[in-house]
Amino acid sequence: MSATTFGWLVLACPLVGSILIGFGYARWPGRLAGWIATFAIALSFVFAVLTLIKLLGMSPDHRQLTSSLWNYDVSAGVDAKLEILVDPLSVFMILVVSGVSTLIHLYSVSYMTDDRGYSRYFSYLNYFVFSMLLLVLAGNFVLLIVGWAFVGAASYLLISFWYRRTTATRAGIKAFVINVVGDVGLVIATFIIFGHTGTVQFLPVFHSIHQHFAYNGAPIVVACLLLLVGAFAKSAQVPLHTWLPDAMEGPTPVSALIHAATMVTAGVYLIARMHVLFEWAPTAADVGAIGGCLTLVLAATVALVMTDIKRVIAYSTMSQIGYMIMGVCVGAYSAGLFHLMTHAFFKALLFMAAGSIIGAMSGDQSLEHMSGFRKALPFTFVMFIVGGLALSGMPPFSGWLSKDDIIGFLDHRGGGFEILGIVGYAGALLTGIYTFRMIFRAFFNEPCEEARELEHGHLHHADVPRNPMTGEEEDTDVGFPGPGHFIAEREMPMKVAMSALAVLAVIGGVVQIPGIDDAITRFLEPTFADSKYVHVEVSAGPAWLGLVIGALIAIAGVSIAYRIWVRQRGTSARLIERFHGAYVFLSHKWYFDEIIDFLIVRPTLWTGRLVATTLERGVIGGVVTDGTTSVVRAGSAAVRRAQTGFLRYYAALMIVCVFGVALYFLVSST
Amino acid sequence: MNIGWYLAVSAVIFCIGAGGVLVRRNPLVVLLCLELMLNAANLALVAFARMWGNEDGQVFALIVMVVAACEVTVGLGLVVAIYRRRLPIDVDELNELQG
Amino acid sequence: MVFTAIVFFIAAIGAITGAFGVVLLRNPFYSVLALAVHLVSLAALFLLLRAEFVAAAQVIVYAGAVMVLYVFVVAYVGGGEQLASGGVLRVLGPLFALALAIELCIAMLGAGLKGVNSKGAPFVPGFGTPRSLGEQFLTKFLFPFEAASILLLVAAVGAVVLARRRRGLEPDEEFERQVHIPRPAWTGTMAEAGGLTMPAHAEERTYVEGEPVATPGSDRPDQEGGW
Repeated sequence: MSATTFGWLVLACPLVGSILIGFGYARWPGRLAGWIATFAIALSFVFAVLTLIKLLGMSPDHRQLTSSLWNYDVSAGVDAKLEILVDPLSVFMILVVSGVSTLIHLYSVSYMTDDRGYSRYFSYLNYFVFSMLLLVLAGNFVLLIVGWAFVGAASYLLISFWYRRTTATRAGIKAFVINVVGDVGLVIATFIIFGHTGTVQFLPVFHSIHQHFAYNGAPIVVACLLLLVGAFAKSAQVPLHTWLPDAMEGPTPVSALIHAATMVTAGVYLIARMHVLFEWAPTAADVGAIGGCLTLVLAATVALVMTDIKRVIAYSTMSQIGYMIMGVCVGAYSAGLFHLMTHAFFKALLFMAAGSIIGAMSGDQSLEHMSGFRKALPFTFVMFIVGGLALSGMPPFSGWLSKDDIIGFLDHRGGGFEILGIVGYAGALLTGIYTFRMIFRAFFNEPCEEARELEHGHLHHADVPRNPMTGEEEDTDVGFPGPGHFIAEREMPMKVAMSALAVLAVIGGVVQIPGIDDAITRFLEPTFADSKYVHVEVSAGPAWLGLVIGALIAIAGVSIAYRIWVRQRGTSARLIERFHGAYVFLSHKWYFDEIIDFLIVRPTLWTGRLVATTLERGVIGGVVTDGTTSVVRAGSAAVRRAQTGFLRYYAALMIVCVFGVALYFLVSST
Repeated sequence: MNIGWYLAVSAVIFCIGAGGVLVRRNPLVVLLCLELMLNAANLALVAFARMWGNEDGQVFALIVMVVAACEVTVGLGLVVAIYRRRLPIDVDELNELQG
Repeated sequence: MVFTAIVFFIAAIGAITGAFGVVLLRNPFYSVLALAVHLVSLAALFLLLRAEFVAAAQVIVYAGAVMVLYVFVVAYVGGGEQLASGGVLRVLGPLFALALAIELCIAMLGAGLKGVNSKGAPFVPGFGTPRSLGEQFLTKFLFPFEAASILLLVAAVGAVVLARRRRGLEPDEEFERQVHIPRPAWTGTMAEAGGLTMPAHAEERTYVEGEPVATPGSDRPDQEGGW
């Protein structure tokens, strides 16, 4: 079986799983649906590993394979095929996606127990994994767009999974609308590229870019900017980022999978895949890098003041993806993707741990109510620490190596990118601070009520189920969210999944230690062979210097957080008082929601209302429809006057007409 | 007599009948005027039968008589029904079939 | 020759007089009698045209049966008519008829039909006898013959249906029942469109003998929109 066959099998497993669970959704007893889903994804991971093995068995020059199942080429000469491209980049992505997805499925098996939408959840989750795999395995633009759209749909379905919550449905719509903006950009970019090159398949496009486009000319820059729009919308970068914090309305494993490890990295994958185009349009690449940098800073600052634990982690995701986007936009492809992998590990871990502590708080997500869970949730505490250290970039965790890989490359390229690198270090400091703010607030100091209860072995249950965001009472008669709250200490599947991720977060960095080995770079080389940065290597010396600086910054960040939130309690309150303006600005998330509401949402609604009342009712209803009918009615009324009902008039008419006819014949015969 | 004379008589009777339909308001009389018109047609048919020397016209005239009889039957039935419902026996008043 | 001319003129004058009488006489009974005169004159004309059977049928069927039917109905219905208002047709009607008459005469005289100026085809004995007409009916014109008999059947049944009295109900109740059948609202029936929606139980109406019944919609002003 060739590598591409395994590639198709990788795609088939989650699809079959989703359909199977979906069709039997009311009939799966207990948690069987969850186990089926987990097994399907695990099988997919196995096939991904087999694909890797097969690919490694080939010589590096022959590692870009395509396989097509069906040719859609029926009209307009568009050579759209149902084809996948199996090359190092896509294999890397499917390994990460299916691997992390398996663990998250395992976690969800116990997390979502007792929820009435259990089977629906796993059907959707499998469908999501299928869509993401389709996206990364796509061999042409058309299938990429299909996967892109499917992923957006799956995200919508899963964000508004508990659809009885208004906040959840609104968040789902918000996410979907912003994603659609990205979709439009992607599609138009495809049009432009197809218009110039005449093909939508990736490999031919990449080989012929140089002939069809002028270097840094308007068409290619516009196309790349539109691709950036798509990438930014999917990866929640400024200014299309407002959907990600609201997407935390979905169940925590969904946040872990979609909004940390996989979907939001689709933008990074897109830019990495289209690197040929971006290198041919440096303007667009620079715009992308600056956008990533801006996001990095914005998200890190906002995460400092967020009180909802999941939103802190969401902004952290946004920030880290800013790093990745910066990386792939400036040419640090392997570094960016390395960070993608490690980020998937520790971010999913952090979300899972957050789910555990939220379970202990029986659904309450606010950091203001949590404290002192160290004794009550020891396992979760350790997981948080591992994930937090990896995120902050503390040696020897994986995040340290991957983050500084990117920043090192930026410094190496010099010029304006140095500034981006310095901003990256500033962001790393902030990362350390807000991550450990979260951990210290939740786990240190005096235990809160729920923690005390748990120390005595009793899991707290709220009297009245409440919406975590608005606090309003919820109707749980509908069956979801389920009444059960689960913590990692008591559930084996959750423990297993989290431990696996923790191990990976710790040792995941060993594959790319500067000066010692660069497994990822070498593995990805066939894909990026046509990049001008492929031979740019940061030498070991500066790389280690950067790593040391990164470590120092991480330690500084953790200690600042320790001082503010553990040592000198009350410092944060004083700081908030002193910098009140800044605090308000940050807690409103830099007012992006308000700006977008003012600039886009309100005019759109106003236009919609105008069209509905004036255009629809007035013009189309009044003039076109009613106008036509009134003309017909008037006409028929006029004609109806001939039907008077008087027999004698009818007879008179008949006589006159007979007279006329006879006259005609008389005249015509003479 | 020339056949033409008969045709002239037929035309005159037909036109008298037509005038009667237009002028009279009692439905019974209107039906009578209709009979006049039918008879005029009958006369013309028989005259032409004589002219051509074959009996097709006479057969036609007999069938016309049958039709006239049927029409009278149904028409008078209608008039009787109208009268039974106490509606005015006046074609100008019976104008419900209008648009 | 002279004899036929004299008979022709008498019969023609009788027919035309009868016709005028039908149209001009006030009392419908007199009109019926005038028509009977007209029919008999016409029979005489048919005889002159050698249509013996048709003449006989005219007298027996037309003047005999149909006129008797008319007499019965006129006796039952009765009534003269008020000629107070006849609208513009009182003047225009005769004018239209006159115009038609003139046109027909022009057509006849000016058209130059060849056979019209003769006395007709040479006479064949047996022309117009019942025997030859019967042969025609049963061979060449069989289908019209049968169709006419069905027509008679239909007319007879129709007349019976039209004029019969239903059992148990007064005719006016039956009429109201036919018109005001309660229908569910908003089913879009014509009655609704024309504004005739009546509640399921129409208000009771008491009828006075001889008073014309208000037909549905007759008390409304004529609406243009009603349809």
